Amino acid sequence: MDRIPILKMGDLLLVTIQVDMHDQLALRLQDDLTEQIRAISARGVLIDISGLDIVDSFIGRMISTIAGLASIMDARTVLVGMQPAVAITLVELGLTLPGVETALDVDRGMRLLRTPRDTP
Amino acid sequence: MAALQQSTLDAIRAEEAELLASWSANLDALGATRDVRINQQVVQQQTRQFLGLLVAAANTADATDIGAAAFADVRRFLEDLSRSRAQQGFDAQHTASFIFSLKRPLFALVQRLYRSDAEALASQVWAITELLDALGLHTVRTFQKSREDIIARQQEELLELSTPVVKLWDGVLALPMIGTLDSQRTQVVMESLLQRIVETGSETAIIDITGVPTVDTLVAQHLLKTVTAIRLMGADAIISGVRPQIAQTIVHLGLDLQGIVTKANLADALALALKRQGVSFERKS
Repeated sequence: MDRIPILKMGDLLLVTIQVDMHDQLALRLQDDLTEQIRAISARGVLIDISGLDIVDSFIGRMISTIAGLASIMDARTVLVGMQPAVAITLVELGLTLPGVETALDVDRGMRLLRTPRDTP
Repeated sequence: MAALQQSTLDAIRAEEAELLASWSANLDALGATRDVRINQQVVQQQTRQFLGLLVAAANTADATDIGAAAFADVRRFLEDLSRSRAQQGFDAQHTASFIFSLKRPLFALVQRLYRSDAEALASQVWAITELLDALGLHTVRTFQKSREDIIARQQEELLELSTPVVKLWDGVLALPMIGTLDSQRTQVVMESLLQRIVETGSETAIIDITGVPTVDTLVAQHLLKTVTAIRLMGADAIISGVRPQIAQTIVHLGLDLQGIVTKANLADALALALKRQGVSFERKS
């Protein structure tokens, strides 16, 4: 597997990370995702990382970069399903992901994307 | 290095009964047998067993090295003894004096034995001192280790006891923190709380710090980390139970708790959590 699938749901994009990310995969996802957002003018991006058990500083930064890229392209990014171990690691690494919205699971993430944004 | 001579060992064996009697008398004088936690018969049996093992070990090996294989039985006996003493709550002095009070009867014995030979007397006294000191130190070392084991086990139990995560409402978890927060405890607390959030799918977690005596920069940092981790997982955190002194300390220290929702008590926090879920109550007429 050399590519992470990006699913299109209406004007939302769903990225499910089921394998352990390595650096090349992460960079590729970044390219693919920005391309897809442009192609369908996506309004929101949902990244499900419930399958991710381990993160390092690179992957952590990649997650925050993807969120930043998406919001520049005017797509709202919601990160869902983060495992406790991953959350602790990110906090210890100092990656608090400001500006990234989070939800417990895909269901709640979808609901969050459908509600209007708090800030204009 | 002086070794115990065969004639000394023979004498010890020959006058065993007398030695034991005088050792017991010494222990009695120290008050070692008058304790309610231990009775005289047990002590006497232990002295007999120890002397037997000691003579047997000294007979077979160079009596200066208690690490030798021949002393394995003696060492094991002393380890058992100090472990049981530690569990019964005796102090180190009491445990060590069990060995050291054997010195006097032994000295008296060799004194009688080598009345005419000053050189042999000195060397035997030295050999006995060395041997008993080494054994005594071994006892104290084991005693200390047993105590440390007990303390470590209690600490672990305390750690487990102090981190209950309770469910207050469907989707609302609460963590009543009690006691001082240090890095290790925060880690355990954080892990169990995050795990429960995943298991129950709760959207709100309330951390109640009513039982935390003081908040300093380190504790605040730990709280901040926990709150951030909860947010990363997609849940909301509320800190409740901020007492007036703690609020003052936080402000005086200039700590930045921006972005953290704080409430004065658990009831307010629960009310806020329920409001966010759209739950409302009304009193029946």
